[in-house]
Amino acid sequence: MVEARLQPKNLTMRIKHTLTNYLFVLPAVLIFGIFYVYPFIKVFQLSLMEWDGILPTMQFIGIDNFKEIMEDKIWWGSMWHAGYITLIALTFQNGLALLLALACNKEIRAKNFYRVLFFIPPILSEVVVGLVWQWILDGNYGVLNNILTSIGLQSMVRNWLADPKTALTCIAIVHSWKGFGWGFIILLAGLQTIPRQLYEAARVDGAGSWQSFTKVTIPLMMPVFSMVIILTILGSMQVFVLIIAMVGQGLVYHTTVPVLRILGAMTGSSRFGYACAQGIVFGLVLIVVSFTQKKFSEKMKYA
Amino acid sequence: MQKSKIQNPKSKLNLNIKSPKKIFNNLSLGFYYSFVIGVLAFVILLSGCSVQEGSVSSEAKVTIRGWHWMTDREEAFDELVRQYEEKTGVRVKFELYAPSDAYTQKVRAAAQAGTLPDIFGLLGEKRDFSSFVIAGHVANLNEEMLKDESAWKNRFFSRAIAVSEFLSGNEFNVEPGVYGVPLDVMNIQMLYNKDLLKEAGIRKPPKTWDQFLAMGPKLKAAGIHGFVSGWGEMWMIDCFASNYAFNIMGEEKVMDTIRGEVSYTDTDWIEVFNLFKEMRDAGFLYSGIVTMVNKTAEQLFSNEKSAFSFNGSWCVNVYSGMNPDLNYGVMLPPKKGKFPMKIWGGAGSSFLVNNRSLFKKETIEFLKWLSDDAQQTYLAEVTKNLPANKNSIGKLSPVLSGFVKAMEDTTHPNIWPVHEFPRVIEAFDKGIQAIIIGEKSPAEIALEVQKVKEKELKKKRR
Repeated sequence: MVEARLQPKNLTMRIKHTLTNYLFVLPAVLIFGIFYVYPFIKVFQLSLMEWDGILPTMQFIGIDNFKEIMEDKIWWGSMWHAGYITLIALTFQNGLALLLALACNKEIRAKNFYRVLFFIPPILSEVVVGLVWQWILDGNYGVLNNILTSIGLQSMVRNWLADPKTALTCIAIVHSWKGFGWGFIILLAGLQTIPRQLYEAARVDGAGSWQSFTKVTIPLMMPVFSMVIILTILGSMQVFVLIIAMVGQGLVYHTTVPVLRILGAMTGSSRFGYACAQGIVFGLVLIVVSFTQKKFSEKMKYA
Repeated sequence: MQKSKIQNPKSKLNLNIKSPKKIFNNLSLGFYYSFVIGVLAFVILLSGCSVQEGSVSSEAKVTIRGWHWMTDREEAFDELVRQYEEKTGVRVKFELYAPSDAYTQKVRAAAQAGTLPDIFGLLGEKRDFSSFVIAGHVANLNEEMLKDESAWKNRFFSRAIAVSEFLSGNEFNVEPGVYGVPLDVMNIQMLYNKDLLKEAGIRKPPKTWDQFLAMGPKLKAAGIHGFVSGWGEMWMIDCFASNYAFNIMGEEKVMDTIRGEVSYTDTDWIEVFNLFKEMRDAGFLYSGIVTMVNKTAEQLFSNEKSAFSFNGSWCVNVYSGMNPDLNYGVMLPPKKGKFPMKIWGGAGSSFLVNNRSLFKKETIEFLKWLSDDAQQTYLAEVTKNLPANKNSIGKLSPVLSGFVKAMEDTTHPNIWPVHEFPRVIEAFDKGIQAIIIGEKSPAEIALEVQKVKEKELKKKRR
């Protein structure tokens, strides 16, 4: 039998089989290689270079770009700003999304209308949303200041986007307003997968609304929460279009986020190598945050 | 051969189903060849997605491709290329990419991919321009410019040419020559609303900084905002500060600072930073000016919401579209120091010739035609911009004439012999924003800028 296997005809067949298998995966490997692996390797290579993005020559500088990032206070400040926006999105945006999803999961009138209504902000362009909110928050002719004046809250009137105390919070709230629709749809879909019988059984056992929510809804929704949280973190940490639309090149460094710093290094300072190094550091931070959150969710699930 | 027959009960169709592996066992060698050819075709398709530089059009006649970002000039360009095609048979196809940030990204990407069109423009610092030249993307037009006793070069304002010119011994080691054809010139000055000043009881626009500041309370008392500008765009802050740096300490000292021989903590620089504090304290600045884009500032000034504005000569076209009845004048920024006031100006936009273009000669001929008197006059009339051609300034409005008068007082970072580090410029401009919002003092900002400067100098020495 073994001898038969080693016969040239069988060997040819085995090579042919192997080749066939490789041919099956080749297109996918090619696409993955060209569009994912090559750019990643290129970014990593560029992060070790000093290059302006145009000159045909690059200068190898080792890990100098990474060392510079470690000392770059503006970069880490921008990371904190993105973290602040993410924190507000995680609490305000997802809290609002959950409340509305819970409401729409009940037998209420016109719930389909509400579903459509809540999903409108996410489908709007970030530029449009940014410009509309800029108009609302304008310090001179803004709608918000007009409303505050008309209800006697003159002391609260300010230029919301030109004041370092309020600019970032305003951006975070607008970002949350624009993004809550995604969380709403995902959470609503998750809520609808929980069997009604579980709630009925809980009620039979004497559980009230709060107990049903904490003992049935929350444990069963943990995987959905986990997904919504990861999507919120990734989406909020990378926000930048909205910021450009609302405050242009920024209010000093108070509204700077990592993506804007990367863009600035690339197009403003023509430092492609540094921008690539920033991209890698930012990617690593996002991976670490996402994995930590995933581990935390798993622990919560089994707790 | 093993076959499994499955009958679909609904459609009553007989399907012969083999395992995928079996199918491939029975495939001929031809299949493998076809597969490999298919993969190769895919790779070739990917690599061929881009259009090569100076590619010959499928049509018989020459087609020159050009890219620009000037939305206000699109129709005028279309008309001019139509005329040129009628005259010469050479087709010119302009493509508009806006806004300017997106255009800049596109040009950079095209340069890296080797797909730049025959004509393109560059927006950015001289440092970037030099990189494009060194990388071989831009043709040196010196020979053409100097032909027939510099006939082509002499058409233009000297400042317009200077922006695209590299002199011998330049700090970027670029081969000396002219690398661009200026289309128009611009300068940035102060504008004042005559009616609003009158309303506030002000007869004449200010000549000095003190006169200017003294107008703040008068305007405030009349309920009129003082000054508006697009200072959310960093370069406009830079421009205003640079004007006064020249005026307060003179050109030499500014250049010495860039060379690292004078500190930003010098009293003259603190005085420059202090101007912004003074404007803020006098209640001159429009609320939200630090995040305001220039378009918004233009809307506010044209809607008579502010008495003064700081804007470029392109504003004449913008204001005429927004408010044709706006009664305004142009003036140099009010003087503060003893040195001449130098304002930013020079070529507003220039076209460059792709050095690797297949139609370099035809492209140069077209640009010669485009920069000729008649075409420049047409462009100036239609777009209300200042022409780069000296012979085409005949029919200008009074405000535009005011801008032309100041052309000899212009300067621009792109014509300076030395250039500041981008990080220092950023710290400088952001620092001024911090002064305006009252977060930091001029002295603190001077110190911060100097720290960044020293760091960059140290890095350069390494």
